[in-house]
Amino acid sequence: MAIPISYNIRNLKLRKGLTIMTALGIALTVTTAVFLMALLAGLQKAFMTSGDPVNVLVMRKGSTAELSGGFDASLFPTLKTLPGIAKDSQGEPLASGEWVVVVVLPRKDGTGEVNVSVRGLMPAGLTLRPNAKLVEGRWFTPGQREVVVGHSIHNRFSGANLGDTLDFAKGQWKVVGVFDSGGTAYDSEIWGDVNQIAADFDRQGAYASVYLRATDPVAADALKHRVSDDQRLKLEGTLETEYYEKQTSSGGAIKYIGEFVAVIMAIGSSFAAMNTMYAAVAYRSREIATLRIIGFSRPSILTSFVIEALLLSLLGALVGIVLILPFNGMSTGIGNSLTFSETVFSLHLTWEIALVAVAFAMIMGLLGGVAPAWHAARQDILTSLRA
Amino acid sequence: MTLSRFVTKSAFRNKRRSLLTVLSITFSLLLLTLMMTIWHTFYIDKGSAESAQRLITRHRVSLTESMPSYYREKIRATPGVVAVAPTNWFGGIYKDAKPENFFAQFGTDPEEILKVYTDFKIPADQLLAWQRDRAGVIVDNDLAQKFGWKLGDRIVLQGTIYPVDLELTIRGIYTASVPTQSVYFNQTYVEEAVSFAKGKAGTFDILTDSPQSVSTVASAVDNMFRNSPEPTKTESEKAFQLTFINSIGNVKAFILSICFAVVFATLLVSATTMAMSIRERTREVAVLKTLGFTRQSILQLYIGEAVLVALIGGALGCLLALGLVSALRQAPGMVLFLSGLKVTVSTLLFAIVVAGMVGLLSAILPAYHAAKLNIVEGLRYIG
Repeated sequence: MAIPISYNIRNLKLRKGLTIMTALGIALTVTTAVFLMALLAGLQKAFMTSGDPVNVLVMRKGSTAELSGGFDASLFPTLKTLPGIAKDSQGEPLASGEWVVVVVLPRKDGTGEVNVSVRGLMPAGLTLRPNAKLVEGRWFTPGQREVVVGHSIHNRFSGANLGDTLDFAKGQWKVVGVFDSGGTAYDSEIWGDVNQIAADFDRQGAYASVYLRATDPVAADALKHRVSDDQRLKLEGTLETEYYEKQTSSGGAIKYIGEFVAVIMAIGSSFAAMNTMYAAVAYRSREIATLRIIGFSRPSILTSFVIEALLLSLLGALVGIVLILPFNGMSTGIGNSLTFSETVFSLHLTWEIALVAVAFAMIMGLLGGVAPAWHAARQDILTSLRA
Repeated sequence: MTLSRFVTKSAFRNKRRSLLTVLSITFSLLLLTLMMTIWHTFYIDKGSAESAQRLITRHRVSLTESMPSYYREKIRATPGVVAVAPTNWFGGIYKDAKPENFFAQFGTDPEEILKVYTDFKIPADQLLAWQRDRAGVIVDNDLAQKFGWKLGDRIVLQGTIYPVDLELTIRGIYTASVPTQSVYFNQTYVEEAVSFAKGKAGTFDILTDSPQSVSTVASAVDNMFRNSPEPTKTESEKAFQLTFINSIGNVKAFILSICFAVVFATLLVSATTMAMSIRERTREVAVLKTLGFTRQSILQLYIGEAVLVALIGGALGCLLALGLVSALRQAPGMVLFLSGLKVTVSTLLFAIVVAGMVGLLSAILPAYHAAKLNIVEGLRYIG
């Protein structure tokens, strides 16, 4: 017959101090693990939602990022007339030749300078990114030294408010608007007129990339292959979604370091949990002997103590997850190895992460609980009663 | 029995518990030492003596913009400059785009680059062979071992920034004081193949005559180009590397928060153990008091016990960290910015002191309760 769980719960309550301290130790480990997982999830979310499945990004063959060399602007009219491209209200194809350059801006909180992507685009570039919505001010006027800044740039850098001027390349740029693209990578960019940007960075006569908006996902796929297969163009088409998917690898370092830290902390916490459980067994050796006399079998005693350890770690997991809640949604930046600049993303706690955290804590509880429970079940009844 | 022997005896009266506590502290302190080592390498370590004499000049706007090549001769004319060589990030793909096949590739001037990087050691005949072969390349020793490269091997770097695939022959293998994970080839190769690469340089690497002239040379160079169309930013090699670390994200806050969590967890573990162990001995404390031990000496006994256990855990953690870091340094395919990791004596000392403090703090409350104990009540205590 199994020993009721209420027995374990009462025992945990009885030695409150010990229970709380051990659970808190497990909680800290869980918090660290959850924090790192939420960082990665946030990063993934920022990149996964960035691309639009109907947008095709065209770059020079061999280029891995929009920063690279670029191709001659004379190819742009050819690209524009390819079949399958959506048209705007005036019947013009939705195609935008663009440049991405990197500038250095000082952080608002004074923690140093950061690389920021500046994108030069054509007016069509705004139409083919319907997710980017203006929050304040207006869009830039072509031919003017005006920029609009992404939501994250607005929050993180000084001089990125409406009416401010940003100083980069060959002079000053007026901030005329702030846009929000819903937490995607675009929120970490500054947008301006492509010709102005190209002139400032001596890149006239070429584009680093051309964005084409297809009528539907099937047409997008066809468009992508059409561009890549044309030997004369020497260009390569990628779905925008594919392009951003590749950039999630920026989180690689966090992932490895995070796993390492979590495992080491978990080993430490398991030893601590084992200590607590051994103490719990030692205090109750007479009680355990009594249980045996009443007729509870060795396996049920073993199970009971393992369950107690699991309850302890569950408590730790819950506390650990609660501790991280205030940080959920907090934003931070990460260097993107492909674009050489910072992408801002938010800590993103998901149900999956919470479940993984609970499982992680359970493993710690199991590692810490099995040996003491085994010890409890193996105790000799008579010696224990005399103790 | 002396006091210290008494402390040692009672610290290990329950062997299993003490062992588990020591192990738990060991793993926490291992993590703490590693994190502090990373911190030290990034933010405190000044780098080698050679590194302290070097400067890197880049385009003021950002690293992705290039400067005209003629800047080099102007920089050379600056007082205090011993040697200056251009370096250009090639960013090509070796074999495939997998991260483990990634390494730094620089186009440079073979005649002068090793006069700037005086700490790179290469046999004279290999250097000469590289200077004579326009399609030659010299590679870092660690990298050569990782990929199994030998002199005379051919490697192909597929261009991503530049539309050209470089077919290079390994002419030399150099060793540096800190692994560089880099290869250097003649930039002329790229310039001949790609028109837009002509006459441009990504960075200028400068060797100055002494660590003292570093700051004057830096400001002299930047002042010289202040009003030109391509202004520059010149900083020490260490500062230049720090910008890369900063670009990964808020590394400082990351390390600090992990350290904080680890120390707090250790404190909890140690405090739990001490609370358990002192509670068990309530009757013993009463006996000690009856024998004439003062409150103060009882306080000392228990605090000493906790500090001893924590110190052992700390020392073991430090040893493990030492082993792990040296294993990491030898691991192939090490992330570039971690290859310079070195555990310093001060880091170890700091870790041990932290361990001792944790032991001390964890014991104060339970030991104070024990010291305050009423003898009669203590003797009646049945646990």
